[in-house]
Amino acid sequence: MEEPKSSAPSSRSEPGQGGQGDGAGGAIILFFILGLAASLLVGWVAFPALLYSEKRQPVDFNHALHNEIVDHGCASCHFFRADGGFSGAPKLAQCIECHREANSDDPEEIRFVEEYVKPGREVPWLVYARQPDCVFFSHAAHVRLGGIDCAVCHGPMGESTSLRPYQENRITGYSRDIWGWNIAGIKRNSWDRMKMDDCAECHAQARVPGGSVQTQKDGCFVCHK
Amino acid sequence: MDQPKNKRYGMVIDLDKCTGCGACMVACMAENNIPFRDDDTDKLLSVSWMHVYRLSNGKPFPQAEECFLPRPCQHCEGEHGHSPCVSVCPATATDYDMHTGIVSQIYTRCFGCRYCMAACPYHVRQFNWWDPVWPEGMERALNPDVSVRMRGVVEKCSFCYSRYQTALNRAYVEGRRELAEEEYQTACAQACPAGAIVFGDLNNPRHRVHRIVQPDLAHGGRPRNPKAFRLLERLGTHPKVYYLTGRDWVRRAGDNEVQKS
Repeated sequence: MEEPKSSAPSSRSEPGQGGQGDGAGGAIILFFILGLAASLLVGWVAFPALLYSEKRQPVDFNHALHNEIVDHGCASCHFFRADGGFSGAPKLAQCIECHREANSDDPEEIRFVEEYVKPGREVPWLVYARQPDCVFFSHAAHVRLGGIDCAVCHGPMGESTSLRPYQENRITGYSRDIWGWNIAGIKRNSWDRMKMDDCAECHAQARVPGGSVQTQKDGCFVCHK
Repeated sequence: MDQPKNKRYGMVIDLDKCTGCGACMVACMAENNIPFRDDDTDKLLSVSWMHVYRLSNGKPFPQAEECFLPRPCQHCEGEHGHSPCVSVCPATATDYDMHTGIVSQIYTRCFGCRYCMAACPYHVRQFNWWDPVWPEGMERALNPDVSVRMRGVVEKCSFCYSRYQTALNRAYVEGRRELAEEEYQTACAQACPAGAIVFGDLNNPRHRVHRIVQPDLAHGGRPRNPKAFRLLERLGTHPKVYYLTGRDWVRRAGDNEVQKS
């Protein structure tokens, strides 16, 4: 006796409910799509724009122009010190060898000489590839021992005619080059990202002998300090 | 890429030479950016990678004797090729490096569960209860080769690993793969005015540590020198820090057998 009672109202109400659902369902789906589109815009466009602050380099350096003139390529200004360290960002002492006076009527060079060379002030270069404090990176091991080209990690920097803006993560303070310029983390070239995964990927490919008891891979102390 | 021969870096501390001056502790604090507070008297809360303990034979005046025992991380090799702390770490934040024999601690990986502190029989590991604060201007004197630790992680002696890294850098630039004995020395060994701390590769028969200890490498590095001993030898942790003494009570204290009278 109970069963038909309970089944009858449900079977009767179905067409009515379906009719109401069609109208409201359309609105709900539209609302959902609009909300999804808005969230995606916030996530992929607004958030990355807010997350990074942008700075210009103090001097707009032309790598391509200098590369034609100097004798030793990248190593003319970015070189190893005798103690094994790497002098990445050049000091004024290296610039002064050629730029004691302005060599051309290029306004950027004249400004550089006036603002930095004459007062003897170091250029506060912003280092795109600066790693977090916990990372120990050895240029000696990679360049001298591994024979890796500068461009593998730094890209075709030597061919650039102008310095791109430096973006800094407002939360971590790291350069955007560490996360990579693609916000989704998609990597096309070896120099697109500089995260730990990218280091580990290359170390695995190069079969760097691992010393770790736990993982049989590289020990953590290889790259951390 | 061929790998140079494995090292087994270790240390010998002559307790009969140690005067307890604490220069090793100061050198270690400065080298490794170790934080301190205004009031660091509670040693359960303070951090020091190298700690000098005072041992006493507990006898009245005519027979009273003291001994100072500097204690860095023992870098245990254990019976399974690594230390007790490595066995328990759930985050793989601490690891045993087969190439150097050094037990590493990665601060960015550690989440501060302190299981390793419980596992370590030597009280070598310490927890950061606070973020480090240095007196005004002192942060400019920090060592750039050692990362500063934050609140909530465990830290310990690394045998000045940053010095190994920078020494290797120099070797690579000069076209070498191997380090000479004096190229890699810990801060405490160099600071000790009594010359009580000797550091080097236990695998290398030419290094002073090897010649002093004469380790029996087939038996967990047990010392053949009758004056040498290791802390809590009976636990089988096979530490790579050895102590020298001619005094019997000190030797017994090293195995926790004092206070039996």
